[in-house]
Amino acid sequence: MDYLLTEEQQMIKDLCRQIAEEKIKPVAAEYDENEEFPWDIVKILADSDIFGIYLPEEYGGMGGGVLDLAIATEQLSWGCGGIALAFAATGLGAFPIILYGNDEQKARYLPELASGKKLAAFCLTEAEAGSDAGSIKTTAKKDGDHYIINGTKQWITNGGEAEIYTVVAITDRSKGARGASAFIVDKDTPGLSFGKKENKMGIRGSATREVIFTDCRVPKANLLGKEGLGFIVAMKTFDNSRPGVAAQAVGIAQRALDEAVKYAHERKQFGTTISSFQGIQFMLADMAIQVEAARALIYSAARMIDSGARNVAKVSAMCKTHASDTAMKVTTDAVQVFGGYGYMKEYPVEKLMRDAKITQIYEGTNQIQRSVIASALIKESLA
Amino acid sequence: MKIIVLIKQVPDTTDVKIAPETNTLIRDGVESIINPFDMYAIEEALRVRETLGEGEVIVVSMGPPQAEEALREAISMGCDSAILLSDRKFAGSDTWATSYTLSQAIKKVGDHRVIFCGKQASDGDTAQVGPGISMHLDIPQVTYVKKIEKIDGKSATVERMTEEGYDIVETPLPAIFTVVKEINEPRLPSLKGKMKAKKAEIPVWTAEELTCDENKIGLDGSPTRVVKIFTPPPREGGQLLKGEPAETAGELAGILKGLIIG
Repeated sequence: MDYLLTEEQQMIKDLCRQIAEEKIKPVAAEYDENEEFPWDIVKILADSDIFGIYLPEEYGGMGGGVLDLAIATEQLSWGCGGIALAFAATGLGAFPIILYGNDEQKARYLPELASGKKLAAFCLTEAEAGSDAGSIKTTAKKDGDHYIINGTKQWITNGGEAEIYTVVAITDRSKGARGASAFIVDKDTPGLSFGKKENKMGIRGSATREVIFTDCRVPKANLLGKEGLGFIVAMKTFDNSRPGVAAQAVGIAQRALDEAVKYAHERKQFGTTISSFQGIQFMLADMAIQVEAARALIYSAARMIDSGARNVAKVSAMCKTHASDTAMKVTTDAVQVFGGYGYMKEYPVEKLMRDAKITQIYEGTNQIQRSVIASALIKESLA
Repeated sequence: MKIIVLIKQVPDTTDVKIAPETNTLIRDGVESIINPFDMYAIEEALRVRETLGEGEVIVVSMGPPQAEEALREAISMGCDSAILLSDRKFAGSDTWATSYTLSQAIKKVGDHRVIFCGKQASDGDTAQVGPGISMHLDIPQVTYVKKIEKIDGKSATVERMTEEGYDIVETPLPAIFTVVKEINEPRLPSLKGKMKAKKAEIPVWTAEELTCDENKIGLDGSPTRVVKIFTPPPREGGQLLKGEPAETAGELAGILKGLIIG
């Protein structure tokens, strides 16, 4: 399908696809097995200017938007949904600075993100604050020109590998949802340390780790926006980043479809290729319909966000939910097309199924997304 | 100082077909790529520029107008500029005429310190153009370079691959190096490079602009006459002797005897 991409977007798509095919796909199974951080791929992405795609030109980026980020994430995730996260999660960590950073903060942090010299990570989730983000316990207490941060963030993508952390912490508990604030914390700040690296079901080529703050003194200059904006920073960040998760999901789903079609041509049963059976054909057709529909929704949502539209939480949540549910369904069906071979690690589809699962869970579970969508619907009907 | 890379656009297949009437390659319907060995030449030129911290990488190709695509790809990898040598008069050039024409271009560029090319092209497989340029320009050549150990503006020390191992060769510059795939891993293009490539103006130099001696270019300037090109018949399976060694050894001796004495 023709999505009327600009020449620049077509270039991004082609180059990311080339990187995915030539550099990521061949090593994906190895990183999945070893759970190492893909620094060699990060270097390739940096040298190819991929990290700057969605960052403003004045800070060394390419000036693209959410759609450009989605196009890149989709193609890289086609190669490996885990490895692509080094890039995509940096976007998640960078959005608070892009959206709420002042000129000084942007000038200080964005160029090194654009060049890929540094990675970023976003720290919100805690052990007892997942879907209920409002119940975070990490605190930031003002002390002269500094804030002192204490608490433990959990399941932080790029944790330990990133140099720049954007962190949401409570500055005034009495103010409820308006009592949180967002900060930029450099990796080398005393009091910042890292806990255990998680052993995950999928996206094993990405680092997921605890980020621990122990009397971590952060200069006041690192406060994003102003005190009390923490949750707004987080929500606006998610509005911009969810199409990226959706793109990751659709990249994984497209790969599953491609693998299934290829295998159906090769595999012979009852004296003929299984692609000649209508039962398989219908599965492949349904997979293709779902993948294309998911992609169309993501690109439309991304374009709407890039146009500067105000209320984008609903479409952002819609594309994330639909694409991740699609990825789960399509990867499961791909394993089914492969039959017993699909269940084996020597074949690529079981990994796709494991990688797809997280997209229904992180950056807001699909249940939370549906709450976001429903409350927007109700609000719209009352307006 | 200028670092020159010579590249060739070739059909993207190892199974090229030959037109029987002209004995030339059929290029229609086959996607074109940069000759794979030339990709290593481009990469090494870029690395030399990075090592020296100065210099301009200029990529040059002789070919039909469509070879411009190959030059743009080289720019997207980081080459500074490109020149296409294209003229109907160049058609039918053999390796001697090609190396003469390329040498004329290199002279016109001027200030060339290092010239890189791939060890051979994947379509013709002659490996003669690099050495030919060395002769036309009267500069040293090192073929099958697998490593540049040391290079400055005046001289270079390189490793030259041989069948048994490698030679270490020290040469003054300017010199021409033909490279093997062991030398590096070519980089991918960058987005900024791709954008630069899209906008780049690529001058086309003709025989006249190169002040070529017309007797030395194109089919007329090519001493090579291609009499016949054919695909050799595939090797046949051979004969496998099975059984006890004592028996099969005797059998083999008998066969060999028959072959030798006939």
